[in-house]
Amino acid sequence: MITPRTSYDLWRKIKNALMAVFSVLCVVVAIAPLVMIFSYTLVQGIGALNLDFFINMPKPVGEAGGGMANALVGTGILLAIGACIGLPIGILAGVYLAEYGNNRFAAVVRFMADVLSGVPSIVVGVVAYILVVLPMNHFSAFAGGVALAILMIPTVTRTTEEMIRLVPHSYREAGLALGLPWWKTTVRIILPAALKGITTGILLAIARAAGETAPLLFTALGNRFWSTAIDQPIASLTVFIFDYAKAPFEDWNRQAWAAGFVLIALIFVLSLIFRYVTRSRYVER
Amino acid sequence: MAGGEGSAVASVPSAPLRTRVAAKRRNVGDFVFKNLTLLFAVLVLSLVFLMAYEMYLGSRPSIEKFGWSFLTRTIWDPVAEEYGALPFMFGTVVSSLIGLLIALPLSLGIAIFLSELAPRWLERPLSFLIELLAAIPSIVYGLWGIFVMVPWLRTAVQPFLGKTLGFLPLFKGPSYGFGMLAAGLILAIMILPIITSISRDVLKSIPDIYREAALGIGATRWETTRIILKNARSGILGATLLGLGRAVGETMAVTMVIGNRPEIAASLFSPGYSMASVLANEFAEATTAMYTSALVEIAFVLFIVTVLLNAAARLIVWSFTKRFSK
Repeated sequence: MITPRTSYDLWRKIKNALMAVFSVLCVVVAIAPLVMIFSYTLVQGIGALNLDFFINMPKPVGEAGGGMANALVGTGILLAIGACIGLPIGILAGVYLAEYGNNRFAAVVRFMADVLSGVPSIVVGVVAYILVVLPMNHFSAFAGGVALAILMIPTVTRTTEEMIRLVPHSYREAGLALGLPWWKTTVRIILPAALKGITTGILLAIARAAGETAPLLFTALGNRFWSTAIDQPIASLTVFIFDYAKAPFEDWNRQAWAAGFVLIALIFVLSLIFRYVTRSRYVER
Repeated sequence: MAGGEGSAVASVPSAPLRTRVAAKRRNVGDFVFKNLTLLFAVLVLSLVFLMAYEMYLGSRPSIEKFGWSFLTRTIWDPVAEEYGALPFMFGTVVSSLIGLLIALPLSLGIAIFLSELAPRWLERPLSFLIELLAAIPSIVYGLWGIFVMVPWLRTAVQPFLGKTLGFLPLFKGPSYGFGMLAAGLILAIMILPIITSISRDVLKSIPDIYREAALGIGATRWETTRIILKNARSGILGATLLGLGRAVGETMAVTMVIGNRPEIAASLFSPGYSMASVLANEFAEATTAMYTSALVEIAFVLFIVTVLLNAAARLIVWSFTKRFSK
């Protein structure tokens, strides 16, 4: 009786150890590409970055040197348009979900916001093309901004809701006890308390939008020249990376890495800030 | 709740006039604020329907001309105005499945490590690292794919696979580097974070009493984990569907490494094309109305598929967490 049991127990222990090793291996295998992509972009990107990249215009095809000043400004303008349209919608919808969201309708909105965040960005680009480019009859910065706005909305909505819900209930009770109406409690007490989280959440959503390429390809299109007009095609960092990565010129490839590095640095820094801000408050709740 | 609080004050008949007026105004403020925010919530909701409607209108010409055969034809000829989406659908399905096949076991392994094995001090930074993978823009994955992964596949992996497993049709043909295998591999890296983080949440949502019960009767860690996994099955299915939805719609990285040739081949080494890639490459250059319409129809199909996948996944994960949150 004893012998088979111990040998079986030994097998159980071996199996246990094997599975533990397997799961650690999985972690290593998954972290490897992250480290590779990050370090490669770091090395290539820092080597490729110089002042020219930030202040100069692209050189004509095949000529070395030049920079992406117009794309930096273009990405900024696209993000600004996207934020102007997307943020008010997202924030107010988020406030609704957090403040009045204990009903079936709100559950449907929450669900749809999640589904919307799963819609491929290229499809959002097609919709922006139909809604803006077709009626205007040409590609424009505005169309790109609309596409980015649609992409920002679900993230902003859900982040706003979550950040408001993180504010302790005693804050609201204090406001109501002082005789403030519900909405004033929300605007003057709850929102300021949640402001830090909401702001960084919004910045993160904007940073994510900055990394979008697919929805800009046939809305903002891209532009090799200086343009800040919102009814004209406009340059963006990501579309430049796409074009430059495919190009057969070494110097263009170098600049693609530089732009990729700028993007990743932006997004990572904001992710870190977001994580720091959201964990430092009300953790004990 | 808001209205209740205000009206309770207003209905007290003996309250002084000033208080009653203030209470009334308070109600108006609440009314306006609630409905303003409600309006925007409705806006978010209607966005999904607006998108569907606009794409339906945009693809009408193509739907009317080709009907269902659009989904089964392999021809893609803008000059002759003949369009069929099969090669693109094939590319999307195959590359997504390769990605899922690689990413799923890895993600599960990581999720088990994070929720069952890792000490707390290790779990947080590791989770954060995995989430960083999700934050890298698609275009940077593509950049890395073109300059690092594709050359590696061309010079090392594909010749090796061809030599050892070349008798299978899957691994036949010249190694370009660019192709289905490259697309599948980069998709695996890209969907790994989402499957991992949701599976981890699912595993963590299973009450500790299950673990305590299993350990208490002398089960090993792995035996305990198996019980947890068995209970988490539906949640993990949801996580998988979410990952699949992400893979199906992934555009830039796939476009940069899949080879962009609309053909259906058995070999994973051969170049392909995906639905998202054809949109990325051809939409801006679509010259005729029918060409645009055919592309919009591809976008529409992609939209329907991803919405269904996401909806199913969210419902599964949602009902799963609800089951255990009580």
